[in-house]
Amino acid sequence: METKNIIIVGVGGQGSLLASKILGDLLLREGYDVKVSEVHGMSQRGGSVITYVRFGDRVYSPVVDKGQADFIVSFELLETARHLPCLKEGGQIVTNTQQIDPMPVITGAAEYPEDLVEKIKAKGVKLDAMDCLSLAREAGSVKAVNIVLLGRLSHYFDIPEEKWQAVLTDNVPPKFLEINRKAFELGRNYQG
Amino acid sequence: MKELMLGNKAIARGLYEAGVCFVSSYPGTPSTEITEEAVKYPEIYCEWAPNEKVAMESAFGASLAGRRSFCAQKHVGLNVAADPLFTMSYTGVNAGMVIVVADDAGMHSSQNEQDSRHYAIAAKVPMLEPSDSAEALVFTKLAYEISEQFDTPVLLKMCTRVAHSQSVVETGERTEHEKPYEKNIPKYVMMPGNAKKRHPLVEERTKKLQEYAETSPLNRVEMGGKALGIITASTSYQYVREVFGQEASVLKLGMTNPLPEKLIRDFAAQVERLVVVEELDPVIEQQVRAMGLEVSGRDMLPGIDEFSQNLIAKAFGKEVPAGAVLEDNIPPRPPVMCAGCPHRGLFYSLKKRGCTVLGDIGCYTLGAVQPLGAMEMTLCMGASISASHGFNKALGKEKAGKVVAVIGDSTFMHSGMTGLANVAYNQSPSTVIILDNSITGMTGHQQNPTTGLNIKGEPAGRIDLEALCRAMGFARVRVVDPYDLAACDKAIAEELAAEEASVIISRRPCALLKKVKHRPPLVVDKDKCIGCKSCMRVGCPALSMKEGKAAVDATLCVGCEVCSQLCPKKAFVSTGEKG
Repeated sequence: METKNIIIVGVGGQGSLLASKILGDLLLREGYDVKVSEVHGMSQRGGSVITYVRFGDRVYSPVVDKGQADFIVSFELLETARHLPCLKEGGQIVTNTQQIDPMPVITGAAEYPEDLVEKIKAKGVKLDAMDCLSLAREAGSVKAVNIVLLGRLSHYFDIPEEKWQAVLTDNVPPKFLEINRKAFELGRNYQG
Repeated sequence: MKELMLGNKAIARGLYEAGVCFVSSYPGTPSTEITEEAVKYPEIYCEWAPNEKVAMESAFGASLAGRRSFCAQKHVGLNVAADPLFTMSYTGVNAGMVIVVADDAGMHSSQNEQDSRHYAIAAKVPMLEPSDSAEALVFTKLAYEISEQFDTPVLLKMCTRVAHSQSVVETGERTEHEKPYEKNIPKYVMMPGNAKKRHPLVEERTKKLQEYAETSPLNRVEMGGKALGIITASTSYQYVREVFGQEASVLKLGMTNPLPEKLIRDFAAQVERLVVVEELDPVIEQQVRAMGLEVSGRDMLPGIDEFSQNLIAKAFGKEVPAGAVLEDNIPPRPPVMCAGCPHRGLFYSLKKRGCTVLGDIGCYTLGAVQPLGAMEMTLCMGASISASHGFNKALGKEKAGKVVAVIGDSTFMHSGMTGLANVAYNQSPSTVIILDNSITGMTGHQQNPTTGLNIKGEPAGRIDLEALCRAMGFARVRVVDPYDLAACDKAIAEELAAEEASVIISRRPCALLKKVKHRPPLVVDKDKCIGCKSCMRVGCPALSMKEGKAAVDATLCVGCEVCSQLCPKKAFVSTGEKG
């Protein structure tokens, strides 16, 4: 199988590391060679962060380059727009519609672009946009945005739901399992 | 068992399996997780040392005592520990000793992009470079065998993409390796008479290591198409294989010092065109050229930033996809001080006073970022204090009362104390501010000698910063709460006005620490807010302007109230009881 590429993008502190860990574990259990590349340190302080997940028969590079991502999973709309060049032709975006102002916007040095969802769609890109923050809140915690997104991503995979649930169970603390299960369901079964 | 593992975690697993007993490190991205993972094995004693030099010397002591030992640091950390490294090359080891140096091409979290391979050549010690997690584990174990067989410390070089990528590893069992301590003055006391006898042994050892490199499984040839032959190592190997598959032949070097000259010559003879693909400096390329071989590399590939598959493909004239781009200008999202960061209030006060702030390495370096823009120099660990001393001496009274040094608690313990000793000894009227957030923040919350806890979070010795500064001879030592802007302003004004040197300790724990109880988030009373943007001057990510009025993001705000102290209309209101 040709190597498949996923990038997970967001703002430092949004919980993308757990999402990539669950995804990596699942794909390993499915028998793929897997590489996951993360960024630690200063950019985690509220900066733009990106995690790469690659799987296939044999994966070499740990990073995903321009025009190579089969999926972009995004925690924030501006980050979706920023990383759009990574998407492969025909690739799928799964994005949270939440908007978090970066410091240049907060200080008034720049403006947050308007109508990003429409503009991205106008490029002929397959975009699945949803308010994950509301869905996470409905599940019981605003911190479950990452699992809502993962649930939505699972909708595009040929892997049975119980296998996703099993990996979820092994990767989140038992006391948060119910919330995360619900968050996963809400994402997976979202009717846009 | 097969497992998906971070490169750094795979090294920790390698330490466990190699029977390592002692680990001492100072945290630094991208090396920190090695020691954090190693401490999870009860068989390995682990500690955070005050700096990399102390860590390396401690690890040397453990090796001398007959136990396999280890220390890890980032590239710039090896600058600090270079002193013991160069002479340990002469003494050699008793039990095996391995040193990880983690480079940060691309500067994801560093102040420069230096190439650590120069250290292996300069110190005449072997260097291994894994290209994924599986190799990180295997090479770590092999490094101990090389260390003991050739009587040398071994450098294991990581880079961000190997350290912070997860890939599949196969784990094994631990085996113990203990040696007795034996007194050996000619080997371990490096005074001139003894060192002169050790140096020829170092040169001989390099020759033996060269022979070893010729046949070692660390270096391997993967023959493919013969029109192009690529010599590569580390993460560059992965990009090369991704781009070329079987199209090119590859000499993959796992040991990058010393180089296997015969193996390289044989490989060069089998291919039509020879190229070295290596990040940063042309270290391998220049040595290959010095062998008289025709080779290219740096003429095609950049010596700055990290590589990727597209970058290499393009350099070899292959087409790469461009990807879709929006017409809109996408504003950058630089890192910022967190909401509730205790450094914010202090930097605001320094900016208001028009101070020239000489800074240091840590989260607080973000004090240089707009809208605060309140830091004018950052060089290396500890330089804030020494440089402010020099600055004050050079300008005399001209700039007096305006210059301050700011340094974090962990950085102060790392190498700020010696600079402070210089201020005390050579008497400059310097004002030093220690930003004590009770943790090593930037690298992800490691304990340090001022926190009273060890790497496991258990009670440990605690150095009292106030007592330490007083013992050095500072009469003016005071503590302020950086959430209290009036108190910060008063302390800064008074200490800068004083003719003698002084230390201000700005003390409040990092807002991200689990033990820190946050106050309820604030809300803006829209009837009171006049939209003057006074609060926006502190650069808090929880604040924004919505329809001409200030707005608070309740998911980020921790109720520190630094913004509300700037509001002329008292428009910020707490949403609950104060904790």
